[in-house]
Amino acid sequence: MLKGKSALVTGSSRGIGRAIALELAKQGANVAVNFSGNEEKAQSVVEEIEELGVKSFKVKADVSNEAEVKQMIKQVVDQFNSLDILVNNAGITRDNLLMRMKEEEFDQVINTNLKGVFVCTKAVTRQMMKQKAGRIINVSSIVGVSGNPGQANYVAAKAGVIGLTKTTAKELASRNILVNAIAPGFISTDMTNALTEEQRKDMLDMIPLAKLGEPEDVAKVVRFLASEDANYITGQTIHIDGGMVM
Amino acid sequence: MMADVFDRVKTIIIDRLDVEEEKVTMEASFKDDLDADSLDVVELVMELEDEFDMEIADEEAEKINTVGDAVNYINSLQ
Repeated sequence: MLKGKSALVTGSSRGIGRAIALELAKQGANVAVNFSGNEEKAQSVVEEIEELGVKSFKVKADVSNEAEVKQMIKQVVDQFNSLDILVNNAGITRDNLLMRMKEEEFDQVINTNLKGVFVCTKAVTRQMMKQKAGRIINVSSIVGVSGNPGQANYVAAKAGVIGLTKTTAKELASRNILVNAIAPGFISTDMTNALTEEQRKDMLDMIPLAKLGEPEDVAKVVRFLASEDANYITGQTIHIDGGMVM
Repeated sequence: MMADVFDRVKTIIIDRLDVEEEKVTMEASFKDDLDADSLDVVELVMELEDEFDMEIADEEAEKINTVGDAVNYINSLQ
């Protein structure tokens, strides 16, 4: 389905990013695994991808740092000869009530989760314009649509990603670069495993499908958006949340 | 040298913007005379960077409005 394509997934050493990287590889794409902190985990994702019979390598870069990102993109294009699919997945949380949130906590989250998407998108656009084709898939969050107490920084960034997705989609449509966002709800990852039993129960009560999603549920939608099957979809935000927000 | 740069720039413009050769003069404005939109200009600048193996900073690229602006800028660096 994606044979011969090349992809870069930011923040793919674990969680949803890892599942996306593996899913794209299963479809035949060569996948670069970006990480910022966990080199060992990134390496094991690379090895899992290589076992699927496609090329992979890990590349360290802070997505909010333009110089590091440019270097990363260059490396991907050098190794794979093209860059067809960018998945902006890298994200962090620094949860706190608004009244207690430090300026630094706000800035860190905006930098990685929102500015990072801008920086990476800008850096791949040149290559995709030359190719006259490309797919950019931004990982937003359902809380970017609904709001969520304790996550003013995260929600602001994720809502920002949806706006950025729409504008990028409009600017690049004429060059056959399709840009969409996904908004996962509660997905079983390290981020949600940190919740207490009570928080978990409260969450499940809000989800019509009454269960957490798996990283693979998210990865399969990304695979669809990256494929020829999604040729007529751009600027959209697809909720993957068990019906939590409609 | 001057003519050489102009010819190379002209070839790229004709190819990229699909315009008639006579329209591509030093005075021609990309947007007003050659029907280019802002994204076309960004793309042209990218191609010029590749053709002449140079990097044009965003601040400089924003000043390029006419074919002559592009030719003169390239000449000033060579």
